[in-house]
Amino acid sequence: MTRQQSQKVATVLVTAVAIIVILPIFLVLVYIFAQGWSALSWEFFTQPPRNGMTEGGLLPAILGTLFLTLGTAVASIPLGIGAAIYLAEYAPNNRLTRLIRLAIVNLAGIPSIVYGLFGLGAFVLFLNFGTSILAGSLTLGLMTLPVIISTAEEAILSVPSEFRIVSLSLGATRWQTIRNQVLPHALPGILTGIILGLSRAAGETAPILFTVAAFYLPELPKSIFDQTMALPYHLYVISTQVPGMPLQIQYGTALVLLLIVLTLTLVATVVRTIMRRRRQW
Amino acid sequence: MTTSKAENGRNLKEAIIEGLIWFSGISAILIIALIFIFLLKEGAPAFVNVPISSLLGRRWYPIEDLFGLLPLLIGSLLVTVGAVVIAVPLGLITAVYLGEFAPTWQRELLKPLIEVLAGIPSIVLGFLGWVVLAPLVQNMGASTGLTAFTGALILAYMSLPTIISITEDALYAVPNEYRDGALAIGATQWQTIWRVVLPAARSGIVIAVMLGIGRAIGETMAVMMVTGNAANIPSWRTGLFFQPVRTMTATIAAEMGEVAQGSVHYSVLFGIGIVLFLITFAINSLATRFVSGGDGRATRRRAQL
Repeated sequence: MTRQQSQKVATVLVTAVAIIVILPIFLVLVYIFAQGWSALSWEFFTQPPRNGMTEGGLLPAILGTLFLTLGTAVASIPLGIGAAIYLAEYAPNNRLTRLIRLAIVNLAGIPSIVYGLFGLGAFVLFLNFGTSILAGSLTLGLMTLPVIISTAEEAILSVPSEFRIVSLSLGATRWQTIRNQVLPHALPGILTGIILGLSRAAGETAPILFTVAAFYLPELPKSIFDQTMALPYHLYVISTQVPGMPLQIQYGTALVLLLIVLTLTLVATVVRTIMRRRRQW
Repeated sequence: MTTSKAENGRNLKEAIIEGLIWFSGISAILIIALIFIFLLKEGAPAFVNVPISSLLGRRWYPIEDLFGLLPLLIGSLLVTVGAVVIAVPLGLITAVYLGEFAPTWQRELLKPLIEVLAGIPSIVLGFLGWVVLAPLVQNMGASTGLTAFTGALILAYMSLPTIISITEDALYAVPNEYRDGALAIGATQWQTIWRVVLPAARSGIVIAVMLGIGRAIGETMAVMMVTGNAANIPSWRTGLFFQPVRTMTATIAAEMGEVAQGSVHYSVLFGIGIVLFLITFAINSLATRFVSGGDGRATRRRAQL
């Protein structure tokens, strides 16, 4: 085989593999839409499940996922942005900083089920929050932290250093510079990271298994110390734990979960695109 | 020089804020330490109360106090190895396509699509594996569709975004002069990629593979749904990958809900958590070592996946 032939063969093969990898992503999305579409109705979004969950809607699970996502936001955003500011603006290049980075990479790598174990041991039992929205949100919040820290740090670092130099030279303090010059310009990037992180949290099942998720609970939670249903766990329950479950409801539930997560991802992508277009430096 | 009251107040306020920022910064270290401490607190009794010989046994049968971890370790190993064997070549080649062959418009379209794949909840992929993929695998001739192979397929798919993005970053970091130089002395594009670009991106590719492994070994829900969850050691004769297995992660997820808090079974499940923590910690710390000069961009990229 000549070099030119091998170039041709390689091009064809590489392209073919790329198609093999990317095509299924389309297929998965299209298939779930096609199968789940017919289950969607007003009732599906506004009613609790009835009759052994084989009828009715998803209201408690949708709201539960919403509450958990909000709780995750509260638990992770302040700490995440604080850590990002520290790493981008304050951290000296020393041992401690390298240790922090190592910790963040490892936090990102810990399996979600291990976060679930930690949530059970620390929040549910040790702090005595019980299986509750509070315990679940904190668990999901810790899991989301690495995503928020790393995207926010990147956003802060992308603000040109001239902005800081000018601000400091005008007599502003370090914090005033960060607060008034750096953060406003980094905000869109930080938001993108937050939304991406939250979309992951919304779809997670393993961390909420022992910390908050209820098998079947038609009433809505009244406080952060209550259990709640959640969409990902609900999908697990109705597809594997409940015999005789209509397939249509299963696909419908998968579709609703996918829609929530993809909408968040889409919002994040749009924010990022607008930000790149608007950027003046 | 005298400072005014207002300035003093501002200094104090800023000192507090900067203190809080510093605390947020080191919180990552505290959190990972706390996670390990709590796993140890709940899981350590397992290694005291259950003899090591029993933990290394071949039978996982908690009702009879048989806590042999071997089937679970082998289950995790099979599924992960299967996933890596499928995902690494596919992921590397796709990254080469995106980084070296694809025109810009395709890249702009496909990269967000791969992010979408990374964003699909594992439970949704597990669900599809359960209702669509498992019956297909069964039709291939296995006695059941819920096998290590089915799990490996789903896991491969789930670890692709990690492998693709990190490899692509590594390819992107190879200076264009390398490519120009190779092309200028008459190499074809493929020869340039194969002999020059890929070797130059080697360390990044190693990281991509390691993190893909880390992702695969920690996956829980999808694997639990499609591997059949039988805690036995598959034999060579009947096709190693075409039997039900049970992973460490799935064991925790499936059994923790039913055990009494503080029981031996409970602490053994936390013990499995310790094993998982240590494995992923080793993989991620080792991968960090491969980044020359340490931290920076590559580290952040990884934390986002």
